[in-house]
Amino acid sequence: MTTRKTELLVGIFVVLTLAAGLLLALNVANQGMSGSDQSYTLYAKFDNIGGLKPRSAVKVGGVTVGRVESIYLDQDDFTPVVVLSISEQYNNFPDTSSVAILTSGLLGEQYIGFQPGFAFDDPVVLTDGDFISDTKSALVLEDLIGQFLFSRDSN
Amino acid sequence: MNYLQSIGYNTLNALTGFGRALLMLVGAIIAVPQRKNIRLTVHQIYVVGVQSLLIIMVSGLFIGMVMALQGYTILVNYGAEGSLGPMVALSLLRELGPVVTALLFAGRAGSALTAEIGLMKATEQLSSLEMMAVDPLRRIIAPRFWAGVIAMPMLALIFSAIGILGGHLVGVDWLGVDAGSYWSIMQATVEWDKDVVNGIIKSFVFAVVVTWIAIFKGYDAIPTSEGISQATTQTVVYSSLAVLGLDFVLTALMFGIN
Repeated sequence: MTTRKTELLVGIFVVLTLAAGLLLALNVANQGMSGSDQSYTLYAKFDNIGGLKPRSAVKVGGVTVGRVESIYLDQDDFTPVVVLSISEQYNNFPDTSSVAILTSGLLGEQYIGFQPGFAFDDPVVLTDGDFISDTKSALVLEDLIGQFLFSRDSN
Repeated sequence: MNYLQSIGYNTLNALTGFGRALLMLVGAIIAVPQRKNIRLTVHQIYVVGVQSLLIIMVSGLFIGMVMALQGYTILVNYGAEGSLGPMVALSLLRELGPVVTALLFAGRAGSALTAEIGLMKATEQLSSLEMMAVDPLRRIIAPRFWAGVIAMPMLALIFSAIGILGGHLVGVDWLGVDAGSYWSIMQATVEWDKDVVNGIIKSFVFAVVVTWIAIFKGYDAIPTSEGISQATTQTVVYSSLAVLGLDFVLTALMFGIN
């Protein structure tokens, strides 16, 4: 085995690795799309967050505009607070916007549905650190069944 | 009394063995390939990397295909066959890629390294090198160590990529999962820094451990034919156990705690 041939084969090995890495980066992990790291933070207080987890998506009409940064419990009134990290590219949501915790499909994961409010003549936009006041909590199946049974009893 | 003595003897033996292994590892790490002997490392990358390529690619292809087949038969019951892509990709990137590559590498390249170095020791080639004032640690051990550490993460990347393509072959081309959902749900689920990079880190750790065990077992082998055969067996057994045990620890650290 001559040195030249060895080096050629090692070169092919390296190129193969780069091709595999590129496939994983672009086609599997889709790294190229999320280029902008710039984001701003919004807070939302829910009664019940159901199965929402950090890194869940925040979607407006199905388009992902951000992620759930973290979730913690407010020590004063014992309600969960969800910290949303929204891409800086979408920075003109009016402050009448509302958020709801939705489920994708029947068995799918939970995400935050962001419903932009109506913008009047001089809309006040949500900026970094704002609280979204209009929230809808997650649907808890047991509560739903309880309500259903209760309403049947009263009839 | 004799019993107590044997416990002490074995403990001391194990400790000195570990100490010698650690000294050798430090020596190999310090002897980073220089410009003048980069050729030696490149040649070792050819021996441990390029020559392992075939077994890695074939195993990756078949593991990806089997996972797509098995996953499909279960997921289709729930109408969730679109999730086949993330299932194949995540299990390959997080677990199977690094672990199976490390196990195959231990069997294919690690045993060869042990046998080669062990035979060098048995035929007193290592001592001859020292006689000629050539440091065997620099000339023999370091290039093999660095070649293993460089080659294994590369092999693991290739393994995962081929496995995902194999899953595509069975899932999309044969079983009829929608190609768009195979890729798009995979893209939505797999994250570069969480899944791909953690897989590469895992594979790097396995590379250091497997190559270290292989080289040390050869370097420390009893210089007889029986000793070399024992050392080769120990390399495969110890590296497989170390890889599987470390994999649990690394998984717990990387994915277990949110």
